[in-house]
Amino acid sequence: MIAMITEIKPRQAAKPWLLISWSLLVFGFLYLPILVLVAISFNDSPILSLPFRGVTLDWYLQAWQDKTLQRALWNSLSVAASATLLATALGLLAAFACCRYRFWGKNSLRIALNLPILLPGIVTGIAMLAYFSDLNWDLSLQTVVLGHVVFGLPVAFGTIYSRLRQFPDSLAEAAADLGAAPIQVFADVIWPYIRSAVISAALLAFTLSFDEVVVTIFLTGRDNTLPMEIWGRLRTRITPEIAAVATLVLLASGVIVLASQWIANRGEAEG
Amino acid sequence: MMDSPDSLVYLDGVSKLYATPQGLLPAVRQVTLDVRAGEFYSLLGSSGSGKTTTLRLIGGFEIPDSGRVMLGGEDVTQLPPHRRNLHTVFQNYALFPHLNVAQNIAYPLKIAQLPSAEIKLRVEAALEMFRITGLGERRPAQLSGGQQQRVALARALIGRPKVLLLDEPLSALDAKIREEVRQELRELQRQTNLTFIYVTHDQEEALALSDRVAVMQQGRVEQVGSPREIYDCPASLFVAQFIGKANFLTGRVLQTDPLTVMVQNLPIRASAMGYQPQLDETVTLMIRPEQLQIAESQPDAAPTAVQAATQAAAQLSVNQLSGRVIGDTYVGQLLQVQIETALGRLTATVLGKASLSSEVNLTWLVSACTVIPPALATMPSP
Repeated sequence: MIAMITEIKPRQAAKPWLLISWSLLVFGFLYLPILVLVAISFNDSPILSLPFRGVTLDWYLQAWQDKTLQRALWNSLSVAASATLLATALGLLAAFACCRYRFWGKNSLRIALNLPILLPGIVTGIAMLAYFSDLNWDLSLQTVVLGHVVFGLPVAFGTIYSRLRQFPDSLAEAAADLGAAPIQVFADVIWPYIRSAVISAALLAFTLSFDEVVVTIFLTGRDNTLPMEIWGRLRTRITPEIAAVATLVLLASGVIVLASQWIANRGEAEG
Repeated sequence: MMDSPDSLVYLDGVSKLYATPQGLLPAVRQVTLDVRAGEFYSLLGSSGSGKTTTLRLIGGFEIPDSGRVMLGGEDVTQLPPHRRNLHTVFQNYALFPHLNVAQNIAYPLKIAQLPSAEIKLRVEAALEMFRITGLGERRPAQLSGGQQQRVALARALIGRPKVLLLDEPLSALDAKIREEVRQELRELQRQTNLTFIYVTHDQEEALALSDRVAVMQQGRVEQVGSPREIYDCPASLFVAQFIGKANFLTGRVLQTDPLTVMVQNLPIRASAMGYQPQLDETVTLMIRPEQLQIAESQPDAAPTAVQAATQAAAQLSVNQLSGRVIGDTYVGQLLQVQIETALGRLTATVLGKASLSSEVNLTWLVSACTVIPPALATMPSP
């Protein structure tokens, strides 16, 4: 018996270099193109490619002063903000209904709410385009907002729903028992419990909306969002200015996603 | 039914159905209860007996399907919990995790919009009263079970409700501190003179704490009475079995005055205190183990004239039976003895010793031999 046990080697003894190099390969495949893009944005060369010729911040300066890009950034921010607000508010209400009430067709509603996240953007885009033209609505940034709500809502709903489901009913009952009216129960007990999930849901919805292209292509009017503008420029005049903008977008998205994860984790730890 | 004048909480034929995969099932059926002001009232029953649902109906967390809930003479059947002047100590305490101890206790006062100076004073007094001074800044997660329980009690009492509802408040505590907290609860109730409605599945707890106990089973109230009434004169076989240990003998009534029951081929005299049976009726008799006296029989010693006379006199109020000791269990201080008799196996609780296989004489007072009322065969279902 003892001999047999000593023959079993601990996992650490497996060849670590194999694991490390394989991991590097996978991560390299995933992230190297992004690193190249970041490098190009600092490259002192007017074409969108390597080799590296020296460090400059010119492309960032140009991007900052570009009126079209400024306009597009503003459009993107306002679309993302509106879509986030709508999606989060609707998601919160839907999650609340599904968690705290019993009603006919609840499971179907839950599935229907999650479905849009599985739909390819191109399907959502075409469907909504057809729908809006049937309604004789002019395409504009407002229609883009509605398109973004379609995939923002499931994200918000899912995040808030899974948190709200963990909420112990006895806490709401205790608050009511001690004299709190339903609205106070929500403000004093339920909201503190789900706040972090709501914020994290909003940040996710914002990020998704901010760099969305496919649905936006179908639903936008004359105004361009930032990803659309970048896409448009790539086809005509390719400059490192684009790389600079992309790097900034990457940075902002990264910060937001990390922040949303951090807030969600902190909320779970507290609850 | 009439609302008795000094009743504070009154349930009038209350029923509650629950939706289950098997269809609608009654959780509480036609329950009528009447809790007086200042009373320590327990709802006792096993799980599924409807005791917690009954408490939730009083608290307003459930609305009955039929019947009325009265609180202080006012019909509160449709009132939501926050409009009822009673507070609850929940089984898991339900302390707000994001608030510290002082904020938890202050919550009902904050809701009532009391001036913050008064809130501060009253919270401090409560912390002191429940011996948790110094824990005010802590979060509930940082407290022991016993401390959490005190915070829950303080929070429920600080708003000075008319009635305190307690849902198995001791079940989450270690056995050792449970007894300690039990004493404190009883003292607290006496000091404050508040009405406590206490849900428990622990019959010992209910007997030790309560002024009155309602024993529940399958959504119905089987019996309401003082702990002594319930123990000595159970209203049904279920109550007799649920509360404490008991020996049961079944037989037919041979004679009604004095009440004599033929158990197998032995006439046993019984007390008709709780229930007056008819001639020839089949009844169940209950004898508590501590009411059985045992003595080693001495077959060779012939009774003297005086002894015989005493025995004859005693026989009017005492039953006798012989048996053999077949087992014993030491339960600290007392000994539980199993005795094989002509009427089956009986259990006696005695101080002292009993040697295995010894022949013994069993005696018990006629007054300690209670007739259990038969189950009511036809109860109207709600």
